[in-house]
Amino acid sequence: MIRFDLSRRFFRVWQRNFVVYRKTWKIGFIPPLLEPLFYLAAFGVGLGVMVGSVNYAGEKIPYTTFIAPALIAVNIMQSAFFETTFASFVRMFYQKTFDGMLATPLSVDEVITGELLWGATKSAIGTFLMMLVISAFGLLHYPGALLLLPIAFLGGLAFACAGMVCTAIVPTIEVFNLPIFLFITPMFLFGGTFFPLSNLPAWAQIVAHTLPLTHLVELCRGVSLGGLRSHLLYSLLYLLFWIALFYPLAIVLMRRRLIK
Amino acid sequence: MTETPATPLVHAQNLRKEYGAMTAVDGVTFSIRRGECFGLLGPNGAGKTTTIRMLYGFTPRTSGSLELFGTDCDGSWRTIKSRIGVCQQDNTLDPDLTVVQNLNVFGRYFNLSRARLQTRIDNLLRFAALDNRRDADVRGLSGGMVRRLVLARALINEPELLILDEPTTGLDPQSRHQLWSRLEDLKAQGLTTLLTTHYMDEAERLCDRLVIMDQGRILVEGAPSELINAHVGRTVIEIMAPGNNIRTLLQEKSVAFEDLGHRLIVYHRNGEELYRELISGEYREGCMLRPATLEDVFLRLTGRDLRE
Ligand SMILES: Nc1ncnc2c1ncn2[C@@H]1O[C@H](COP(=O)(O)OP(=O)(O)O)[C@@H](O)[C@H]1O
Ligand SMILES: [Mg+2]
Repeated sequence: MIRFDLSRRFFRVWQRNFVVYRKTWKIGFIPPLLEPLFYLAAFGVGLGVMVGSVNYAGEKIPYTTFIAPALIAVNIMQSAFFETTFASFVRMFYQKTFDGMLATPLSVDEVITGELLWGATKSAIGTFLMMLVISAFGLLHYPGALLLLPIAFLGGLAFACAGMVCTAIVPTIEVFNLPIFLFITPMFLFGGTFFPLSNLPAWAQIVAHTLPLTHLVELCRGVSLGGLRSHLLYSLLYLLFWIALFYPLAIVLMRRRLIK
Repeated sequence: MTETPATPLVHAQNLRKEYGAMTAVDGVTFSIRRGECFGLLGPNGAGKTTTIRMLYGFTPRTSGSLELFGTDCDGSWRTIKSRIGVCQQDNTLDPDLTVVQNLNVFGRYFNLSRARLQTRIDNLLRFAALDNRRDADVRGLSGGMVRRLVLARALINEPELLILDEPTTGLDPQSRHQLWSRLEDLKAQGLTTLLTTHYMDEAERLCDRLVIMDQGRILVEGAPSELINAHVGRTVIEIMAPGNNIRTLLQEKSVAFEDLGHRLIVYHRNGEELYRELISGEYREGCMLRPATLEDVFLRLTGRDLRE
């Protein structure tokens, strides 16, 4: 069992990132607003004409309705993962921001926890903005879709922890291409995002179910379509389990990297 | 131990730090009294940064004991850190933030209240002569302004101990003097300071007491003038392009000198007489008498080899 050296001061680290974000929020807002438009135009309208509708959970639903929640899930994954890999690495390695923090009454655990929660927050902000756009097309079912926000935070935290584990072990910033190519991209393509998992061979379905994006997509799609199903509980437990595993791992590895 | 005015602010005993097979700090012992400026001098790689990192709890020590403010550091690191201000050797200013945001965000790491921070920041910006740069991007500041902001940031929590790791390295003479005069102001206000440097003029000007370190060990400890007296003497004669007969002459007089080939350096308790003798003879040119400095002590003790 590891012992955390954690007080509420981690909020100060979160706050630091929020101050920086507020300086550039006008630029930060653009991708989550435009991205769903691009994807819905390309995949939904362009591809959707060919695909028409999709069989999902025993129902036929339009292709755009099918992919819209997955776009949100993908954005949750990418913004949190990007934040705790590239952005955290720049702060840690190039800007020595963590070194500065560690000369104050902040512990390594608090610095990392603040970073992780910030990654989750960015996912939630992105989700909120995407919901505005996607709702305009009537593709989300309310009030259930409001659950996307807490799901975004939880899923964001899961991917933030995974990203931070990478940050703790990569020697240089270029090495992040490796987890992106081996972990993020396959999930993006095969995590039940752009076609139903049932199209895959059985073994591939099993593999897909060991990966976090699959469960995040399930959750997002489940609450967006309305009608909560019991299998969502498994996906929720999966994400909680993932966090319970990767949060302590991120802390331990980061202690090893930062404490010299 | 409880804290009384006589308690040393820092009491380090036998501090050691090993990195694998390499020993960065090899058993150093020193105390810092309240109100003094204490110097940690040494060439690159001597272990200065590692020593002070152990002091402010950034680096865990391999062995040795450490008391700050009369309290053992292992227990209450958070309280201890809240009473220290640190200027690290690397620039750790937040380039994503403006000047005033840097101070504000840093102050919040100490949980300072908004009202207290407000007045503190105004004072510190004036102190650092940065009040007209409040909203400037820190990336656009000159080297001197950066160091003054780092100093201001280290003072945000009104520390009782200020730790400075090579505060003026890389600065131009004007900026160095600016920073020194600020450090002197702080000292006049009674702030205890621990300073590392490899500039001897800086140490001589600022430090009440100092230690010279090399290869992780303390070589000597004392006030700058004491050290000069004890290890060099009062005066130094430098002889350029010396011939062999002067070497013989000095040996006959059993005067200690350092032979750099093209230059002889004579350390002498009473150099005036010898100097007069030399310039009245064949060494009218190329012979120079000067007061001994801390740099002579440093070079004498740590040698003239390059450290990289
Ligand atoms: N994190 C580290 N890992 C391994 N060796 C280190 C580390 N930090 C410092 N050292 C080594 O310890 C020695 C002392 O370094 P340092 O304390 O930075 O010296 P100074 O500040 O006096 O220049 C150097 O030889 C340095 O290479
Ligand atoms: Mg150093």
